[in-house]
Amino acid sequence: MSVMADKLAGVWPEITLGLGACVCMALGLAKASSTRKLTSWVAGLFLLLSGVLAIAGPQPTSGLILPPQMVLYVKLAVVAVGVVLLLVAAQLPSSWRATHRAEEGIEPFDPANVMRGEFFAFFLFSLAGVMLTTTANDLVWLFLSLELVSLPTYVMVATSQDRIRAQESAVKYFFLGALAVAVFLYGFTLIYGATGFTDLSRVQSAAATTTSPLLTLGIVLAIVGISFKIAAVPMHFYTADVYQGAATPVTAFLAFVPKTAGFVAIIILLSMLPQWPTHGPIMWLLWIMAALTMTVGNVMGLLQTSVKRTLAYSSIAHSGYLLVGLLAGPALLTSGGGGSGAIGNGIAAVLFYLVAYALSTIGAFAVLGCVQVDGHEADSFDDISGLSTKHPGLAAVMLVCVLSLVGLPPLLGFIGKIYLFGSAMAHRGENPAFVWLVVVAVLNSAVSAVYYLRIIGACYFGKPSGRTEPQHCPSRRIAALVCGIAVVVMGVAGNRLVTLARESSQLAQPSQQTPAKVVSDELPTDIHGG
Amino acid sequence: MPTLLNLMIFTPLIGALLCLVAPSKQAAKSIALVVSVVTLAMSLVLAAQYDYHAGGVQFESAMMWIKGINVEYRTGMDGLSLPLIVLTTALSVLVVAASWNIEKMTKAFMALYLFLYTGMLGVFLSLDMVLFYVFFEVSLLPMYFLIGIWGGPRKEYAAIKFFLYTLAGSICLLVVMLGLYHITPNAADSGGKPIWNMMTLQSDSVHALFAKGGTYWVFAQWAFWLTLVAFLIKLPAVPFHTWLPDAHVEAPTPISMILAGVLLKMGGYAMMRITWPFFPDSARLFWVCVATLGVIAIIYGALCAMAQSDWKKLVAYSSVSHMGYVTLGLAVLTRTGFDGAYFQMIAHGITSAMMFFMVGVVYERAHHREIDRLGGIWLKWPGYGGWSLLCFFAGMGLPGLCGFIGEIMVLLGTFEAVGHGAGHTTIVYTLGVLAAFGVVLTAGYILWMFQRVYMGLPKPDYDHYEPVNTREYAIMTVLGVLALVFGIVPMIVFHATGVTFNHLFAMLAVQ
Repeated sequence: MSVMADKLAGVWPEITLGLGACVCMALGLAKASSTRKLTSWVAGLFLLLSGVLAIAGPQPTSGLILPPQMVLYVKLAVVAVGVVLLLVAAQLPSSWRATHRAEEGIEPFDPANVMRGEFFAFFLFSLAGVMLTTTANDLVWLFLSLELVSLPTYVMVATSQDRIRAQESAVKYFFLGALAVAVFLYGFTLIYGATGFTDLSRVQSAAATTTSPLLTLGIVLAIVGISFKIAAVPMHFYTADVYQGAATPVTAFLAFVPKTAGFVAIIILLSMLPQWPTHGPIMWLLWIMAALTMTVGNVMGLLQTSVKRTLAYSSIAHSGYLLVGLLAGPALLTSGGGGSGAIGNGIAAVLFYLVAYALSTIGAFAVLGCVQVDGHEADSFDDISGLSTKHPGLAAVMLVCVLSLVGLPPLLGFIGKIYLFGSAMAHRGENPAFVWLVVVAVLNSAVSAVYYLRIIGACYFGKPSGRTEPQHCPSRRIAALVCGIAVVVMGVAGNRLVTLARESSQLAQPSQQTPAKVVSDELPTDIHGG
Repeated sequence: MPTLLNLMIFTPLIGALLCLVAPSKQAAKSIALVVSVVTLAMSLVLAAQYDYHAGGVQFESAMMWIKGINVEYRTGMDGLSLPLIVLTTALSVLVVAASWNIEKMTKAFMALYLFLYTGMLGVFLSLDMVLFYVFFEVSLLPMYFLIGIWGGPRKEYAAIKFFLYTLAGSICLLVVMLGLYHITPNAADSGGKPIWNMMTLQSDSVHALFAKGGTYWVFAQWAFWLTLVAFLIKLPAVPFHTWLPDAHVEAPTPISMILAGVLLKMGGYAMMRITWPFFPDSARLFWVCVATLGVIAIIYGALCAMAQSDWKKLVAYSSVSHMGYVTLGLAVLTRTGFDGAYFQMIAHGITSAMMFFMVGVVYERAHHREIDRLGGIWLKWPGYGGWSLLCFFAGMGLPGLCGFIGEIMVLLGTFEAVGHGAGHTTIVYTLGVLAAFGVVLTAGYILWMFQRVYMGLPKPDYDHYEPVNTREYAIMTVLGVLALVFGIVPMIVFHATGVTFNHLFAMLAVQ
């Protein structure tokens, strides 16, 4: 019984979100349209409440794989970014015409046509899934929480707008998602087969004593499957279509929530290993995934004519950058190589960059969502052409957010990239290949500037098309503004978040207890090459 | 005084914000003018207060900025930055005056220009590597918009090209900085923390790490080239120069002035501040390669200039050629070469800004820049023609004008390199002779251009052109007088740089 109580103690925020989801569903069916309109506010209330519980509520005492500070960091990041996402999505799904007319009282109330309740319920469920992922201590729990993240998003994509494209992308998303689930579930069964446990702490201790190829294969398959969630090669194919088909606020949601869950899950899986993979198949898998993901994302990003698709490929590319930090792994314990400084902890860099990336990309999507062209959402470069003359504020937010994605100092994205790439440099002593990955990443950053500048160029140098009309959604504008300000302010004075990310990421892994091998001398000689 | 220095950096930024909320276009222009005059006054006060006998970094101030990685907000002024600061602030007043007739989105133009101004001052005055990088990047963005919004027909292409080239360079610099972050804690007096102070980064304890055969010798070689490429792009040197003609051709006149006058100097300044002093052993090892790049830029830039039919493009390529002297002067590692390179930057700042202004005056009336469709301008506007003569002759390097001093010192410095024995005599002579041949080419393209544009009889379509107005005459008078003054008393610059360069050169001299 105490085990159950202990487990429950850690998940009060998730329980709150679940309750909130139920309330939202009921409220969404209310007869009075004024009550139904409160749904998004209620969802926000429960979200904040879960944040408060995450800080002040009972903390789990045992049974966590990730360090408690890291769990807390991710939960708070989910709450904070979730609030911004909620602001972006507050008017949804307003373009669902029937819902809209019913809510405006033009047509008689018909519960079958009302979508708002479900939408926000699923919104909360998905966020709860991310939180549950952080506290996972069992393969089954991990699987269920990852599914809790994804399943609601399929529905959100489908119901987000009344266009056939939304349904098409939801179906695509669902089937490819199912394929990915099959792959990582297969990996999970192999992990179970290799160690005999589903309990992650026992898997960890079993893995420390035996080296089984089956375990490696299991983890490889699991990572490949989870790469669907983070939109990385080889499971990235759906990204552009789904991001384009979904309503822009849902796209923003997809860009952050499943990605965060995916990275947390991969961190959990990698901490099963006796030490962070610096050699061998898993390291090379991640290395190749990172290099390919960045390159594919950026090269494809160059070829797009739709801003949403461009940002989708940018999202793929950023997963690649995040994988660089992930590969670098936790901080080295001993100093000497300078590796133990603030830059050097890849996990902290990933945690920090997830938030930095989220704010930048959500800001960009929010701006897109604020502009309407011929009655539909802005999508192509022509749609945002000359945005600066009509909506200088929105264009300015787009500017800072996109520049933050480029990684221009002193914006938030720059600090994030420094930490990501710096951490891989710090670990160059363990494997010289890390340096080459940084070179690839840096080249990619330069390439990415081309398509990011096209977005800015369209906003500022293009001729206004005259067809754009502002969408009436004040909360989305507020969200855009919040992102824009955060990207600038946190970039200039983002010390606190960096420290938080660093403090929260001391992994309890065997390699952390023994001083890691630190090679402090020069760059590997093979870099000298030709 | 440190307060005044920091105030000077951020005065333009405050001005930029004021411009955005200015009630009218006229008010925005006035704000920009007042701000640049005030900044000029501040820089003159600083120059007057600077102790030239002591030299070194003065008016220094520091404040912790990002504690975790030991990054500071550290600013100060030394002999290397002082002349460039005065040049920047002086040119800035003229640039604002030159943009007086900008009517398209004037408030935004002035705000962006002032924002750029803060970036430029920050680059020259920051003493922390990260802060330097931030200002270096920050100055990119306003330039991108200034070209992209107010530029000519292919403005978007030019703006993006400018941005991407410079960004690629900055990324090279970023890689070096990541390396420095991990390596500098190993320096003897670092206290285990990364070093970002640019003065400490040239201290003996850091040099020991990057010395030939030292622990990080391989890194030092890579870092030398990476930083060099970053700054050669900005300078620009062949083969990284192709953004420059495009940017200049599309940019409006005042922006061309500031681009040629100050932004290119960031490249040369950064080489003197970072590439050479941080990695002196690498500079000694690779000096022939770098000097060759310089000579190629001189010759190739001059040949390209000769082939242009667009007047502004000709002037743009002349910048490439003239900046080649900076690369060459630095590469040969002689004191004369070093002084010459620095003087060349100041002189080119004056002459190139003036040349672009001269082109702009005609372009504004003729709306084209085809050299073949011009001619006889001297007879049309004798006063303007006279100043043009002085301006282009200064660019050509006529003795008595500012362009001469830099070129001749670089050439002398190149031949001096025979003495330090770091290279074969043949190589040195070849480089020197080729570079000297560049002077002939320069005379060729400038005189030929001058003949086609200014000589002969005025074209009939000049009749409806407005006369050159007082504002324009004032701008060219100031620049012309400066070109003359620096040509006659170059010691003003060497007086300011002397002590600082003594120290700097002590590190670089070939033993």
